[in-house]
Amino acid sequence: MGELLTRPLTWGSFLTFFLMAVVLLLIILFMVTYAIYAERKILGYMQSRIGPNRTGKFGLLQTPADVLKLLIKEDVIPEKADRPLFKLAPVIAFVPSFVVLATIPYSEHMYFADLDIGVLYYVALSGLTVIGIVLGGWASNNKYALIGGMRSAAQLVSYAIPLVISAVGVVLMSGTMNLRGIVEGQAGWFWNWNFIPQILAFVVFVISAIAELNRTPFDLPEAESELVAGYHVEYSGFRFAFFMLTEYVYMIAMSALITTLFFGGWHAPAPFLEFIPGFIWFLLKFCGVFFFIIWLRGTMPRIRIDQLMSLGWRVLLPLSLGNIFVTAIVMEIVKAING
Amino acid sequence: MALRTEELLLNVGPQHPSTHGVFRIVVKIDGEIIKEATPVMGYLHRGTEKLAENLNYTQIIPYTDRMDYVSAMTNNYVLVSAVEKLMQLEVPERAEFLRVIVMELQRIASHLLWWGTYLLDIGAMSPFLFAFRDREIIIELFNELCGARLTYFYMRVGGVKWDAPDGWIQKVRDFVPYMRERLKLYDDLVSGNEIFLARIKGVGRYDAQTAIDYGLSGANLRCTGVKRDLRKDQPYSVYDRFEFDVPTRTEGDCYARYLLRIEEIKQSLRILEQAVEMFPEGPVMAKVPRVLRPPEGAGSSRVESPRGAIGCYVVSKGKDSPYRLKFRRPSFVNLQILPKLLVGESITNLITILGATDIVVGEVDA
Repeated sequence: MGELLTRPLTWGSFLTFFLMAVVLLLIILFMVTYAIYAERKILGYMQSRIGPNRTGKFGLLQTPADVLKLLIKEDVIPEKADRPLFKLAPVIAFVPSFVVLATIPYSEHMYFADLDIGVLYYVALSGLTVIGIVLGGWASNNKYALIGGMRSAAQLVSYAIPLVISAVGVVLMSGTMNLRGIVEGQAGWFWNWNFIPQILAFVVFVISAIAELNRTPFDLPEAESELVAGYHVEYSGFRFAFFMLTEYVYMIAMSALITTLFFGGWHAPAPFLEFIPGFIWFLLKFCGVFFFIIWLRGTMPRIRIDQLMSLGWRVLLPLSLGNIFVTAIVMEIVKAING
Repeated sequence: MALRTEELLLNVGPQHPSTHGVFRIVVKIDGEIIKEATPVMGYLHRGTEKLAENLNYTQIIPYTDRMDYVSAMTNNYVLVSAVEKLMQLEVPERAEFLRVIVMELQRIASHLLWWGTYLLDIGAMSPFLFAFRDREIIIELFNELCGARLTYFYMRVGGVKWDAPDGWIQKVRDFVPYMRERLKLYDDLVSGNEIFLARIKGVGRYDAQTAIDYGLSGANLRCTGVKRDLRKDQPYSVYDRFEFDVPTRTEGDCYARYLLRIEEIKQSLRILEQAVEMFPEGPVMAKVPRVLRPPEGAGSSRVESPRGAIGCYVVSKGKDSPYRLKFRRPSFVNLQILPKLLVGESITNLITILGATDIVVGEVDA
């Protein structure tokens, strides 16, 4: 699939990509369905309960049933809401979440766009979602939604900065912003993966990523115990489903990005394990990261908004800047020694 | 150019996940900072005290179950002990021991519920389910004892309705070491969590004088260093026979209240341990007439409920129902400091402070 990108555009390659994109979309929808199931099951076991087990075998049809219920629900729009914006907001939030999936290299030959600015592309487009969230919060004409939306704006903007700056450390090491290039730079044994040499960047990136995802302990925009449901408090039915879908697609995309940047993408942890297809390795690492995010939700309380801000600006940003500095110096020294 | 800003009037409750029932508070906020807070209560007011004037004494007891519905046993006790004082009844020893055992179990159950829901307010989900799982054991014990899980109607003037079934005391005995183990797990899971500490340390602080001025009681008072526990200061029932400490802390913030309640669970376990060892034989009900007609006069009693000092005042005119009944409800009194504490805090801290006060709306509104 990758080679097709380098050739001139033909109807054949267009069709291939179109079909593959549809397939990817379906796979992602399937994954979201079972990501929600997995989250509920894992959380259930962490909290000494069973989790969904009634709908279908082992409760496997629980999420489809939930989605179906959301789709056939009455579509309620508050009377005083700004109707066009209210309808537009979930779409604005949702579209970028799928668009960012294009740059992720799922295996050596499976990727949809070979962008030289892959990292930037991801961060820039995922930043668009905040517009949808703020619009949703504002258009609902609800005070809780408004506070949730504003919190979300503050949080996503503050945390996008350490996120992208910590990724610069990885970019410096690989010498490219192309996500495929970054993965190729991590070949060989697992200690070549970026999370060891770039441990600081890794920690900052993961914290910022979880904040970007609005997940516990940074789930302030929808802090249930304070803001009831935050920015989507007035949303119901399929518009609510869209917001949830956005959230879970981002979770999948972010897990994939962390796998790509820090865990060597499709590479096996040891060269002699390369006989197992790269896609399997990618999936395994992806599941590990995904599990970690769910695990946090099972154990962590929520941070307060002012603490969130000071953590972002006063701790994570200087750390990530320092990381660039140190990485650059070490790389120069290594270059000088190797002559 | 300065941007025009407006203060926002935000209505929190009565339908809100963290007001623990139908409590409502109207806050004026500037950004996320509270400028003014006005609690509105009374959504759950059922007029218990007035209703009681037309009920006979035994009939009032189920109404007390429904006041502080997470600590029904202490409410039962405060009413029956007031009437017993008025009638100068001698309660059998076994009944008193059963009362102490159920009241201490109730205290643990109540604090567990508080612990779980407080962590839920803070944003942690798992502790809630952990706490409810352990509380369930106590609820099951009560269910076995009196056939109800929440509104027990267990105590009567002159004793208790049911004797402990076979093996019940053993179950309570087994519960004590189990709960101690679980408390260790709770500590591991929550008490040292940095985010949790950052959220509650130094939040909602007041000093001992303020606490006394507002008439606070229970953990809300002891968190300021005032050592006041009615079980020790004015021992009722058979509390003078047990060895236990009254934990206090001096910080006066939500963190102190949190630690105190955990510590109180441990002290309750100590009392339980001693109570099941000393558990005597004998009847569980004194000889009382079928229809209670206390002599003319007034009787009062004060009890340390999980939420603080609960009091009951009964005035009798010699009839089968009280002339006047008055409850001092600790949740209601403890809540009065809220508007003072909230000024200058953020909305997030509103939930933290309200949660740490530990109110039960059924008791606030009675």
